[in-house]
Amino acid sequence: MTAVANTALASPAPEADTAPATRDSRPLRLITCGSVDDGKSTLIGRLLWDTKAVKEDQAVTLRRDSGQQNDLGLPDFALLLDGLQAEREQGITIDVAYRYFATDRRSFIVADTPGHEQYTRNMATGASTADLAILLVDARAGLLEQTRRHATIASLMGIKQFVLAVNKFDLVAYDRAVFDQISNDFKALALSLGVRQVTAIPMSALKGENVVYSARSVIPWYEGPTLVETLELATLRSGQSTGFRLPVQRVSRPGESFRGYQGTVAGGAVKPGDSVAILPSGQVANVKQIVTFDLVRNAAVAGDAITLVLDRQVDVARGDMIVSLDAQPQTGLAFDAQIVALQPDGIVPGKRYWLKAGSRRQRVQVEPAQQLDLKSGKWQPAEMLQMNAIGKVQLAFDEAAIFDPYDVNRGTGAFILIDPDTNNTVAGGMITAKRTELGGLNAHEGRVILSLPSDLAEQLLATELLASRRDEVETRRVTTAIARALLDDIDG
Amino acid sequence: MHVHASEFDPHSKDPVTKPPLDPHLKALENEAIYIFREVAAEFEKPVMLYSIGKDSSVLLHLARKAFFPGRVPFPLLHVDTGWKFPEMIAFRDATAEKFDLDLIVHTNPRGKEEGIGPFSHGSSHHTDVMKTEALRQALDAGKYDAAFGGARRDEEASRAKERIYSFRTPDHKWDPRNQRPELWNIYNGMVRRGESVRAFPLSNWTEVDIWRYIQAENIELPPLYYAKSQKYVERDGMLMWAEDPRFEALPGEQIQEGMLRFRTLGCWPLTGGIRSQATTLDEVIAELEIATVSERQGRAIDRDQAGSMEKKKREGYF
Repeated sequence: MTAVANTALASPAPEADTAPATRDSRPLRLITCGSVDDGKSTLIGRLLWDTKAVKEDQAVTLRRDSGQQNDLGLPDFALLLDGLQAEREQGITIDVAYRYFATDRRSFIVADTPGHEQYTRNMATGASTADLAILLVDARAGLLEQTRRHATIASLMGIKQFVLAVNKFDLVAYDRAVFDQISNDFKALALSLGVRQVTAIPMSALKGENVVYSARSVIPWYEGPTLVETLELATLRSGQSTGFRLPVQRVSRPGESFRGYQGTVAGGAVKPGDSVAILPSGQVANVKQIVTFDLVRNAAVAGDAITLVLDRQVDVARGDMIVSLDAQPQTGLAFDAQIVALQPDGIVPGKRYWLKAGSRRQRVQVEPAQQLDLKSGKWQPAEMLQMNAIGKVQLAFDEAAIFDPYDVNRGTGAFILIDPDTNNTVAGGMITAKRTELGGLNAHEGRVILSLPSDLAEQLLATELLASRRDEVETRRVTTAIARALLDDIDG
Repeated sequence: MHVHASEFDPHSKDPVTKPPLDPHLKALENEAIYIFREVAAEFEKPVMLYSIGKDSSVLLHLARKAFFPGRVPFPLLHVDTGWKFPEMIAFRDATAEKFDLDLIVHTNPRGKEEGIGPFSHGSSHHTDVMKTEALRQALDAGKYDAAFGGARRDEEASRAKERIYSFRTPDHKWDPRNQRPELWNIYNGMVRRGESVRAFPLSNWTEVDIWRYIQAENIELPPLYYAKSQKYVERDGMLMWAEDPRFEALPGEQIQEGMLRFRTLGCWPLTGGIRSQATTLDEVIAELEIATVSERQGRAIDRDQAGSMEKKKREGYF
């Protein structure tokens, strides 16, 4: 038995075996998380230092600012990361910082996120775009509640690859039993979260052991990869296994002879001749042309920023989604979602928020249903979600929303909630499923819906009384089918 | 030239045979175009800060791509301190002409009247008045609710903390401890009257990315980025350009002449050159790849005091 605890619980992704990453591949985005003082900033500083991302003048400044140096004669790497005055004063990381480094094989964007519970929102921010999460634990302390919280948020956000960095391993005398214990504990946690790809590495970020350089001499029994080797072989997450999706950002009309819909492909692929539907109206058209600055293209795939020209006059506006006719997302007035509450006010039941998804912004009523107990890992009933809570909620819209489940397509399954009172981003959310009925939600309680011809509505809104209460009045343009659904909801 | 309805037809553009961008640069380009379109659609009055350097040149190129076949739908704003290299100003005007851009140039009238400059008032005061205050004046005058900037997170420690949409209060203050969370690529552009957002499409680019993109896309740059024979003095460890009539040598200083180029462009008394033989783009990139110092090493304002960039940013500097 090779007796190495680093083996992934699942076999490594096949791409890693067959096609080694090169310098030209897209950057791997990663997040580091863990509790305070586990050494995250030190680890990233060490990654930057050993991959030669720190230039000479920066090194001079670093040595000057480091003050008392450790007995290795090295500067305080954390100062490379904690760039804000308040962070330096308090010796902690407050806000997420993005750093860039590269090896001969690949480039990396690393989000260094705070360990403090009060800054969990910044950790969630970093996790939302990451392909891989490094979870640090202090070898002396083992897994903490913050480890569980961070691993849970990372997995909710769809991260499937974890690296467990058992740091400060020199301080437990490189004891293999300690490593086995922590990595087994963590793998049990990861499995419970549905994460099957875990690489555990014993390391000392301070001394640079098993970060970029192998520590074979002090940890001879460890035969697994270093951290950088693991990162070089990690896979980018795709999460876009749907039909064609183009959330329309803007309509381009440089002249009367051209009308194009601009956006970034959020799933699938498209080519001229394809039949597409425009949601939520449901109109159908064919793709005439894919225009970009350099050339008229034969095809576009997920990630491409394009301008789409259709073969007929249809009504398309910002916030609409152009999708493949035969593989459409779900549209409806009610969805289930998981959210992370990010602000001190939490998420208040029944409150109406702005929801932004892709280029679409609409009003939504949020009804919390359950909250995750991070100690037990179990879902508990909840009526309100406090800051940093992870919850399940029901979303009720006034007009049709368009989503894919998040685990099928990150680009069309994610959203943020904005508090209309403060304009602050109060939650990040992931769609789990469409609801077929509104359940017990009184989505329209206390509100009156008036249907008026648009010219009359505009005249009314211009009056002094209504103008002063303009924020309370919503106008919208709906199709007959949606209007009917709304009326049915009210009648029911 | 404005595109007229009858004459515009993207069909007529023959496909260009150009090697495709590598996936890394393509991903960065796609991200930047997405940000440009999002801001242009969400805000009433965006403006793009244009400082003539290589990052601005890339930013402008991406803006043209984002809105093609239309023209760039917002003006460019250049804050002119009066201490820019003449070649920069010539390049700026030629670029605006070439790409049919709306260019706004603003100089702080108070600073101009009081004759504020880097030699007489020091780099810090000069920057406060002629850059930060001037910028605030111009943004207020235009009632802009969004301003694009070319800042990159790899430039400096406090910039590494910037959001793509960086929220500003009506008096242009940035509070690094209270930034809006920014998840996925879903940006919160909701502002009240007077508030604004600074948007940074190049956030995730590094200096090397910028140069490789310039090379791949054949983007024209001000000639100062390429080495040529120039007069300079060595002052405080910086190679200061000495071609301007306002330059005064200090006692004991020798004006030298030699091959010099600039890695970053700003006000000439605050931007040090480097000794270089790199006269072509390929040579510049080759030089960069073995460089052992960061690009901002030649910038005086970063070094005024610890945390000085953060302080300037809080007060409204870009």
